Amino acid sequence: MNPQIGALFVQVAYIAASAAFILGLRGLTKPDTARRGMQLAAAGMLLAIIGTLLNHEIITYEFIIIGLVVGSAIGLPMGLLVPMTAMPQRIAVSHMFGALAVTLVGIAEFLHYRDVPGGPGAVKMVALGFETIFGALTITGSFMAFGKLQGFISGKPITFPGQKIINAAIFVGAIGLWIYLIATQSSGPATSGDNGVLLFGLMTLLALVIGVTLVLPIGGADMPVVVSLLNSYAGLAASATGFAIGNNILIVAGALDGASGFILSILMSKAMNRSFANVLFGAFGGEKAAASVKSAEGLTTRSISAEDAAMRIGYARNVIVIPGYGMAVAQAQHAVRELAELIEKRGGRVRFAIHPVAGRMPGHMNVLLAEANVPYDHLFDLEEINEEFRACDVALVIGANDVTNPAAKSDPASPIYGMPILNVQDAEQVIVVKRGMATGFAGIENELFYLEKTSMLFGDAKGVLSQVVSEIKGL
Amino acid sequence: MISAVATALGAATVAITLLSGGFTAAETASASSTLIDAQIVEVYVFLLAAFTGFQIITKVPPLLHTPLMAATNAISAISLVASLVIAGAERPFYINVMGTVAVAAATINVVGGFVITDRMLKMFKKTEAPK
Repeated sequence: MNPQIGALFVQVAYIAASAAFILGLRGLTKPDTARRGMQLAAAGMLLAIIGTLLNHEIITYEFIIIGLVVGSAIGLPMGLLVPMTAMPQRIAVSHMFGALAVTLVGIAEFLHYRDVPGGPGAVKMVALGFETIFGALTITGSFMAFGKLQGFISGKPITFPGQKIINAAIFVGAIGLWIYLIATQSSGPATSGDNGVLLFGLMTLLALVIGVTLVLPIGGADMPVVVSLLNSYAGLAASATGFAIGNNILIVAGALDGASGFILSILMSKAMNRSFANVLFGAFGGEKAAASVKSAEGLTTRSISAEDAAMRIGYARNVIVIPGYGMAVAQAQHAVRELAELIEKRGGRVRFAIHPVAGRMPGHMNVLLAEANVPYDHLFDLEEINEEFRACDVALVIGANDVTNPAAKSDPASPIYGMPILNVQDAEQVIVVKRGMATGFAGIENELFYLEKTSMLFGDAKGVLSQVVSEIKGL
Repeated sequence: MISAVATALGAATVAITLLSGGFTAAETASASSTLIDAQIVEVYVFLLAAFTGFQIITKVPPLLHTPLMAATNAISAISLVASLVIAGAERPFYINVMGTVAVAAATINVVGGFVITDRMLKMFKKTEAPK
């Protein structure tokens, strides 16, 4: 093919793909158009890949074929088989793969510039450094998040004295090396020779360490913020790759990903009434022992049986279900759907109130309930449903804790004071399904459990709810 | 209104992408004197794409936030196109190998990402009309 026409085709393919990505994301603003939108985006991606394969720089296809086959062989089963309950882990691990690809491209490009007279130049070095630092810290950060979500790394915040100072020192070190590499670009081969490779390698290594130390002190319930933030970093690193190699489609796609991750991180932080910095550096840990002065001593809860619960739920007209991470752990979403269908069959109304940080990633509860065939018009956000608790007969809390704690409104001394919560305490009666009296992630007592209108239904959510379902059937 | 703005921004992004395609061609044709121009255009592309992303993504309902994450992750796996060049271009063997690993990692996200997003979106259904 004429190289000029080839180059033109590549550019046209990239432009079409950029448009497809933007329109595809626009489809995601409505559930009805979402699938079609993403199919369009996938088609755009295919076009961009075909266009690239015609690039005149590519002379051998063996390596490419090996990479594509291996990637598809791993990616396809991951896409088809990963259960919905494992979605947070799967998202974390995909950030790791994305960042790995970007980082390797960054390192390979830097090494390539050793053979180019004059090296990468200061401007390209800015992009290469950004790409490699953010890529590398996303690789290890996502791996840590994956480990915490999968359970092979403790989900508890891991802290040690002097942690913040050490983290800051490593970060400053990596940024310092980056700046040095940029600054020495004009002074000739210093940074493209072996010395430069050494410094670049050290910078990459420090960035890998930052990823680990960044996620280590972050606890399980803060995962939605971390996962969103890593999403943003992976996108920005991809965008920097676009700057480094002068490829606009990478810049566009990376910017879209970066913007999305950034917006989600902000939404998640807001939903916990904490600043970004607080989530990243705060590690809820230390202060909490002092804060939980308000102990449960002298207060009593009322425990009920599945039979009692069935009586109350079975005759309720207006039920709101509040799912939390506990529902995901117990895999109770199908039992919940069965219960909801039963209530509706008996003439009641069931809605689901979903707190933005319920679960371990943005939208976690929605995906689980959708998987269990709960229609999405039954799922409501905090703002949409919070006024509705007043008119509800039974609020059924399943494995949620801190997001229902009235102390967030009434007790300025509480560590979660100011966090937006679901107004479960406004319901006529509250039934809480819970394994035991353990506190939630914040480590504080939930006053809701001690209210007179609240009944505790102890046990594994899946088992207990199935029991309630069969009891209601027998009413 | 917002969606109109978003569409306009999207169109502008595409237009600028086209423009800078011309710049990149010019850059290879003449010397590196246009390099800065090309870089500036890249900054425009980034800003417009980021604004477009902001406008659209703030309108994605919390209901679809997990599919959104999966989708943007699949889209940013477009870094595959950069990996392809490194794996297939005339470079030292070890760089080709690094490129191959990058191709594999990005392909995992392209294939897996779009498949899993579709699987999730397929699950979101409305209440069926009473029979």
